[in-house]
Amino acid sequence: MHVEVKVPEIRLRQAQTQPEGRSGSEKNPAQAPRDGHSPVRRFLLSRGNSAVADRGFHWLMVLCALSIFGIVALIVWELLKGSHLAWTSFHFEFFYKSYTNTFDGQTSYWDPVNGQFSAVPFIYGTLVSSFLALMIAVPLAVGVAIFLTEMCPRMLRGPLAFLTELLAAIPSIVYGLWAVFELVPLLRVHVNPLLTQYLGWTGLFKDDNPTGLGFVAAAVILAIMILPIISSLTREVMTAVPHSQREAVLALGATRWEMIRMGVLRNARIGIVGGIILGLGRALGETMAVTMVIGNTPEIHKSLLSNGTSMASVLANEFAEAVSDLHRSALIEIGLALFIVTIIVNALAQLLVWAVTRGAPAEAH
Amino acid sequence: MGVGIEVQNLNAWYGNNHTLQDINLNIPANHATALIGPSGCGKSTFVRCLNRMHETNPIARVTGVVRIGELDIYSDAKPVEIRRRVGMVFQRPNPFPTMSIYDNVAAGLKLNGYANKRSLDEIVERSLKNSALWEEVKDDLKKKSGASLSGGQQQRLCIARALAVDPEVLLMDEPASALDPVSTSKIEDLIFQLKSQYTIVIVTHNMQQAARVAEKTGFFLNGRMVEFESTHKIFTNPSDKRTEDYITGRFG
Amino acid sequence: MSTGQFQLRSRLRGATDVAVTTLAILATVVVVTPLVAIFAYLLVKGAASLNVDFFTHVPKPPGELGGGMANAILGSGILLVLASAIGIPIGIGGGIFLAEFGRGSKLANAVRFTADVLNGVPSIVMGVAVYGLVVSQQHSFIPFSGHFSAFSGGVALGIMMIPTVCRTTEEMLLMVPHAVREAALGLGVPNWRSVLSITVRTASPGIITGCMLAFARVAGETAPLIFTALGNQFWSTSLNEPIAALPLQIWVYALSPYDDWHRLAWAGALVLIVLIVLAVSLVRFVTSRGVLKGTS
Repeated sequence: MHVEVKVPEIRLRQAQTQPEGRSGSEKNPAQAPRDGHSPVRRFLLSRGNSAVADRGFHWLMVLCALSIFGIVALIVWELLKGSHLAWTSFHFEFFYKSYTNTFDGQTSYWDPVNGQFSAVPFIYGTLVSSFLALMIAVPLAVGVAIFLTEMCPRMLRGPLAFLTELLAAIPSIVYGLWAVFELVPLLRVHVNPLLTQYLGWTGLFKDDNPTGLGFVAAAVILAIMILPIISSLTREVMTAVPHSQREAVLALGATRWEMIRMGVLRNARIGIVGGIILGLGRALGETMAVTMVIGNTPEIHKSLLSNGTSMASVLANEFAEAVSDLHRSALIEIGLALFIVTIIVNALAQLLVWAVTRGAPAEAH
Repeated sequence: MGVGIEVQNLNAWYGNNHTLQDINLNIPANHATALIGPSGCGKSTFVRCLNRMHETNPIARVTGVVRIGELDIYSDAKPVEIRRRVGMVFQRPNPFPTMSIYDNVAAGLKLNGYANKRSLDEIVERSLKNSALWEEVKDDLKKKSGASLSGGQQQRLCIARALAVDPEVLLMDEPASALDPVSTSKIEDLIFQLKSQYTIVIVTHNMQQAARVAEKTGFFLNGRMVEFESTHKIFTNPSDKRTEDYITGRFG
Repeated sequence: MSTGQFQLRSRLRGATDVAVTTLAILATVVVVTPLVAIFAYLLVKGAASLNVDFFTHVPKPPGELGGGMANAILGSGILLVLASAIGIPIGIGGGIFLAEFGRGSKLANAVRFTADVLNGVPSIVMGVAVYGLVVSQQHSFIPFSGHFSAFSGGVALGIMMIPTVCRTTEEMLLMVPHAVREAALGLGVPNWRSVLSITVRTASPGIITGCMLAFARVAGETAPLIFTALGNQFWSTSLNEPIAALPLQIWVYALSPYDDWHRLAWAGALVLIVLIVLAVSLVRFVTSRGVLKGTS
């Protein structure tokens, strides 16, 4: 092995410029070689390999990431612990039981003073208000998404998208405030009578509630709140549909609607379903706005215009002033049920959305 | 001052791909050495093994011995320590986008905890002068971001950044391939001036560039080093048929 | 198919197209209307109800006119500082793990998925969990535990920030070009230093925006505070005492029977929104002058 060094024979071009800074080199700390090393080099050699710091940093970051699991564990543990008393008292009966009032023979579900607890009206209220909200929000959200991606003039697109996103930034309490003072009176005076008049025959709308509160009010405000989530996700998956798909359908002589239906919606449908489920998850857990307008009566009526309640609402209303340990425990069990349902719904939505955004819609079929 | 590099039986894998096979060579100190070869031949992998950048990819693996000066880099030291002694200039200019020109040059020292402000000023100035960028940027050292410079200036900034830590070896991975001809010739001039002080290893796909700046040239093909000779010999009288084919443009 | 049938179908298709277009436009109008209405009411009612007293006085006893929400504004501030102190560092740390250390690993995928699911857990459930942990019993290892307190409210909000901050941090870090990381490693900078001073710093405008979004989200949260911070009609700055918060105060006032309190609720809602927008734009402004400048 030879470390022979030759002066290069080939010099096609000579260096044209001399480096300017070379002359003052005796002042430069890095170029005063003592023991063969410049001060800079000596400094760098003195620095450790920071293996300990690197490993510590790594584990600290892992710890931060694991805290996410910690939070879930905390929630599960606290909910299980808190609901233990109610669980041992009622078992699964808690979720279907009803009581008969000894005085008037009426069915009741929730009477903290007499120790009667059943989750039925809360589950009913949460489901009814959420699905009603979806029925209102989904067509509108898809309509908005279609308008924004396919029809809207370019200069309107930005502001409108911004507006719908702004809706998501408004706190739930402000929606509730608006609903209590503006939406509910509006419904009471103008909408509820119409619903009764034209849809009363279904039995679902009976205008016998003078307050204007109830499922319809809750569903409308919920719909307004989940609209931005559904429409922005729908918009996202619709824009992700490649342009060639649209052109292919248009080239067959399709009208714009046919192009949207066959070229865009068909390709985006899994993502849209994911968005809808995500909206459902939000609706199920929404607390403040619903609590303010749903009426907070633990009863079940066929009419959607009557007062109702929801799982989140009863927690917000009664938890801080629970009259007994069993009452509090029953409330926590409702919280546990709500947690499990929203976890499942959200996980489902997440899987669907991931399947789409990762460009593998086939897996989700 | 630069030190020599001694490579023995170097093998590298990228996943199941055996990208470097039994490389042996001695790179002389304070000279420029060029590595040429068709793309995918392993020359970039080779220089990345010289400062242990290759192993930043989790599926990469290396065996063999690399000595830089007296230091066996795969057994005597941690990657961090190696990389402080072996500077690297990448194919695409990669200044730190959020830092000023000054901070870009000082980054290697500052981020390693160097706090002497006055000597830092001198080092930044000298490094920028050595990379022939000083005159162009001296008025807005701290005002302009590194990303606001032109491509050629950015690459010289990256060279200044590598010089600021006073490395013993400077690795350059196709440093001019993303640049225009004028910037390329500036970089070449720079290499020509720097090689008296540093051991320079330059990967290039441009044979004229190798001929212009390097004393020695290695030819890589399919993960093996076919020939390592003085540049003059490689370009005028290569001993291997494959080298000759490549030099004369029969493939690659 | 005869020509007549063809024309009929063609006309039908055209009509459907027009109908769908009209419906889409209609849907947009229907969606935009309540938004405009909410903002209009907020501005009109809120602005009409705002006065100096609102910012300088604490609430009056029920039935008395006047008073303000000064204590609630301060209380929200304290809660949010505490929440940010908990949520932002842990969230950013988790994001760093996902983007820099765990890329592609099973653990990272699990963390990512759990964070996304956690984002959808109702805030009221988070409140119940923190109630169980901090409020319901006294623990020697948790400060201020065993009763309603500002501390427990801050913890609840802070925990809610973690998944959002974590995921946005990850997304922003992934946008930093690989070349920038290589440049730092090539200089022999220790990994922790390279991550913090190079990668995180390069991504900082986006990370800060993500933190502000998380902040804005919890700033308006009411549900997790109902049985943690509880609310307070008086001045309180102690982490050991129940504390007032704007959203809580708005809730109490909105459902009260007094017109004067309704007025204050509107004013509170306006202040809440303005504070959220102000906080977000302030940070945007500061960062656009400092860090962001370099990225142009």
